[in-house]
Amino acid sequence: MSASSPVSLTRRSGAPASFTPTHLHPEVLDRARKLIALYPEPRSALIPLCHLAQGQDGWLTPEAMIDIAGLVGVTPSEVLGTASFYDMFHLEPVGKYVVSLCTNIACLLRGALELLEHAEDSLGVKSGGTTEDQLITLEEAECLAGCDRAPCVQVNSRYVEATTPETFDHLVADLRAGRRSAEIPAHGTLIRVQRTVGLAADRDEIARQRAAMAEAEARRAATDGTAS
Amino acid sequence: MSDPTSVGDTADELTFSLDGRSVVAHKGEKLIAAAERAGVFIPRFCYHPRMKPVGVCRMCLVEVDGPRGPSLMPSCFIDVQPDMVVVTESDTVKKAQDGVLEFLLINHPLDCPVCDKGGECPLQDQTLAYGPGESRFIEEKRHFEKPIPISELVMLDRERCIQCSRCTRFADEVAGEAQIDFVGRGPHIEVAPFPELPFTSYFSGNTVQICPVGALTATPYRFTARPWDLDQVESTCTTCSLGCRVAVQSSSNRLTRMLGIDADPVNQGWMCDKGRFAFEAVNDPGRLTRPLVRKNGGLVEVSWYEALEAAAAGLRKARTDHGPAGVGVIGGARLTNEAAYAWTKLAKGVIGTDSVDAQLGDGLPAELVVGLPRATIDEAVNADTVILLTGDVREEVPVLFLRLRAGVRYGSLNVVELSPGDTSMTGLAAASLRYAPGEADELVRILLDVKAPTPNGMHPDEFADARRLIGSPRVVVVLGRGSRSEDETIMAAAAQRIAAALPGATFLPVLPRGNVMGALDLGMAPGLLPGRVALDDGAEWFGRWWDQVPAGRGRTTMEQLADLASPEPSMGAVVLLGADPWADVPDRRLVERAFDSPVFVVAVGTQIDSTTERADVVLPAASVHERSGTTTNMEGRISRLGQKLVPPGQAWADWMIAAELAVHLGSDLALESVGAIWDEIERLTPLHSGITSAVLGQPGAADGVVAPLSAAKVSLFRRRGRQMDPVAIPGVESTNRQGLDFRAGWAEDPTSGWTGRPAVPVNPTEERPSMLRKIPAYVAPVIGRVDSYSHRLMATRCLYDNGAAMAKSPALDALVEPATLAVHPHDLDDLGLSAGDRVRVKTASTSMVMAVRPDPGLPTRVVALPMNVMLDGVPDGSRHDVADLIDVTVPVTVVRLETP
Repeated sequence: MSASSPVSLTRRSGAPASFTPTHLHPEVLDRARKLIALYPEPRSALIPLCHLAQGQDGWLTPEAMIDIAGLVGVTPSEVLGTASFYDMFHLEPVGKYVVSLCTNIACLLRGALELLEHAEDSLGVKSGGTTEDQLITLEEAECLAGCDRAPCVQVNSRYVEATTPETFDHLVADLRAGRRSAEIPAHGTLIRVQRTVGLAADRDEIARQRAAMAEAEARRAATDGTAS
Repeated sequence: MSDPTSVGDTADELTFSLDGRSVVAHKGEKLIAAAERAGVFIPRFCYHPRMKPVGVCRMCLVEVDGPRGPSLMPSCFIDVQPDMVVVTESDTVKKAQDGVLEFLLINHPLDCPVCDKGGECPLQDQTLAYGPGESRFIEEKRHFEKPIPISELVMLDRERCIQCSRCTRFADEVAGEAQIDFVGRGPHIEVAPFPELPFTSYFSGNTVQICPVGALTATPYRFTARPWDLDQVESTCTTCSLGCRVAVQSSSNRLTRMLGIDADPVNQGWMCDKGRFAFEAVNDPGRLTRPLVRKNGGLVEVSWYEALEAAAAGLRKARTDHGPAGVGVIGGARLTNEAAYAWTKLAKGVIGTDSVDAQLGDGLPAELVVGLPRATIDEAVNADTVILLTGDVREEVPVLFLRLRAGVRYGSLNVVELSPGDTSMTGLAAASLRYAPGEADELVRILLDVKAPTPNGMHPDEFADARRLIGSPRVVVVLGRGSRSEDETIMAAAAQRIAAALPGATFLPVLPRGNVMGALDLGMAPGLLPGRVALDDGAEWFGRWWDQVPAGRGRTTMEQLADLASPEPSMGAVVLLGADPWADVPDRRLVERAFDSPVFVVAVGTQIDSTTERADVVLPAASVHERSGTTTNMEGRISRLGQKLVPPGQAWADWMIAAELAVHLGSDLALESVGAIWDEIERLTPLHSGITSAVLGQPGAADGVVAPLSAAKVSLFRRRGRQMDPVAIPGVESTNRQGLDFRAGWAEDPTSGWTGRPAVPVNPTEERPSMLRKIPAYVAPVIGRVDSYSHRLMATRCLYDNGAAMAKSPALDALVEPATLAVHPHDLDDLGLSAGDRVRVKTASTSMVMAVRPDPGLPTRVVALPMNVMLDGVPDGSRHDVADLIDVTVPVTVVRLETP
């Protein structure tokens, strides 16, 4: 079997692929195709593409999953199977803001459960639920790596200072009034897969440092040899 | 996948210690399989011998000695190593098994008394054999809605599921259609299809077959029987010509279930859903049970004597009026080999007509099929290159698709596809080249001519790949019909061109209907006598044993119909032998004109259909699984059919009808039983020589024997000795334990009913006629230019059609999708049409209105319709499908699309 080109979605004969995405926006599709091109196997881009689709719609819609399946050459069922494994993919509609409260050990010791109880009472939803105005989805999260600010709270993947019930109420009021919309992006958009930059370090600098290391290594080896 | 049959060369062997004794295994073999071959059964759930191991269920843990002492390892997941020390029974292993089963049962509902699997359930059996006997779990089990349909045929009970992933792996690995997958994580995991996309795979029934618990059940079987009420025989599925070996299970003389048997050279345990569920048609209460004779315009139930007298009178009159050639026989591909021989002997040896044709104008010329060098399925799968010159194999012979797909995905097979449109194999093919309907031979000519440039529209690299690959040493051609709306000589000419250019190439014919190959091998075609013998070559030989042999070549089905439709027909009677020309012949107007003539019609069949409506005499026949005998598959493999049911009412086996009809015609076929017929076939034909009932009856020959014997390049009897794995296909082993000895492959003694007195006293040293060697030369007709406003019509075959087996099986009938005209999207744009719009399709002589749908897999200017699938939105009462459009008098049917 001749290997199919990882980038092109068409057969090598140039016949049009029978799949045409219908849901993803052109700029999202463009980014998706660039991501697919990064991998030897198109299906390796499945999870990044799910993030892109979640960025477009705020949650992972069935229509988007069908598009992703067609783009990476798997079945929609396999996309669902993979996406449903991960908590950060929302397979049902969420509010404009997804508020995640960490309840792992550090946050727990600093009152995370009390904060969660307060949040549930004040928002009128249980963990996992969305407020009636479709503004806020409340969820429990595993460690968010913000133990220094425990109990840690994220809104749409952005850390916020909300360590007490009072500051939480303040946060909700701000969100309702739209006062934090400048700093908190739409749900699903704060994702690494949007980054297009290359390596942060200068390649010449890396080469220079490696050469210096090799030189030092050689020098040490030579010294050791003299000593023995 | 390891072959547990026997240990091969010493270079491939290694020795390891199993429970203290030294055991020889293959290199690369999984420990669980090596132990099984050595007689040690290790419990398992997720492991299946025909799929890759995953090691998820942990039931097969055994102790393996390592540098740090013995440790538990999943035996399905590790290869045997030289000098490995393995212990399968120890306190540690027992503790692990207890733990695994206790965990598996945490969420299992234990609703065994109402579960279809209860009694044949690997979880039940292995819990009893290896489990702790009690649970410490007192918490609430998980709950799901139960059961939910994941397709029309398969129900899913998620509470019972133990997450072995057999079904999801089958769908992905074997069928290549991962329409189901695990959704969720941890305790919330469940098998699920994508919302709104049901599990429509043609192979969905296999997931039910291999489910080790009652999580997946098939709607036709649910609550119809308990496993301990089942009785079974091993038989061969005759839904298509692949010949899957199956366990036919019944309860109270009604079929309940079919399970695939792991026949290594054929189906390897798998079946398609049509083969698995079409048994419902056998149980149909509307079956023909009494002979009928037309009196004063209506069919009246009569005795067999009266019906046979009426049939004989009609046939005799036709012979008197028109000579022996005045009688024709259409059909026979649904018969057993023995019945086919009996009918050939009746038609050719008693009546004296050569106008016998088991094909219905939708196959290939018989001399070509029997004359080309034949390949086996294994040879195709293990070839360097398979050339597909046929319709979509998944639609026509589904399990061949599974075998070829495995050859491409897990072997080193390259597929070169030549087809008019995309098929299920296109994505698997190394090169897939398109030809316009009617021009297959032209494409083959260009491909074989190394000087010819790449045709327009083809990618040069792909074309070069195709040309390089067909030059490989081992080439097998899968030969069928890419389209039924083109002349059959086009494919025949293409095949002959390949055979001439590639002398080593062998052929695997894909023809419609179950025992078509057996019927052709037994002379049910003009110009042929039993045993792939040409009429001229065998006339003297068969003339010695039969009353007579036809004086000259007779008519094919299409020639018979054309004669009947002519103003002065030279035929007076036709026997429709389990064939429905109204459904299967590609040109319906020809069929209707033919039977508008006053021809005397005898219909031998199982159902009331178009043939019974037209027939003068209707003779009820036994259906599949109601008869014993043998069948022949596409390879020429002869395998035994097991009779499971008693035919309903007064229905007879087809061979008995032939024998009795012969008596009423004043002759005697001297065929007294199935065993006696097979004995006569073996004695008379060059093809079946040496394949005696005793040979077929050997337990090792249960997978069948390829005829002629010299053609079998592998050793004959390769079936696994003792199949220890009751978990691979639950239900076969457990049913076996309560009935006849099933492993032998027979429900009965192969020679039963045979007195041992040969009807034909052939001296074994006598020279039999030679098999057909010279195939007539076929020349593809010249296709006239098609103007730029017209489209070529392609008539494909679709697995789920409106044929009798589907129509009388309620579960399958619901799956038939009404036909719509497939058109390339560009052509739709040009016509200003979109999906669902209605269009008038005009040919030179007729026109019909139908809905369109876009199909980017078609070339432009080609439109496609499936055979024998009724069109969407046609008023009830009249059958309308692509056969209404096809005109067999032109090489390829051309249509014009107009907005109505």
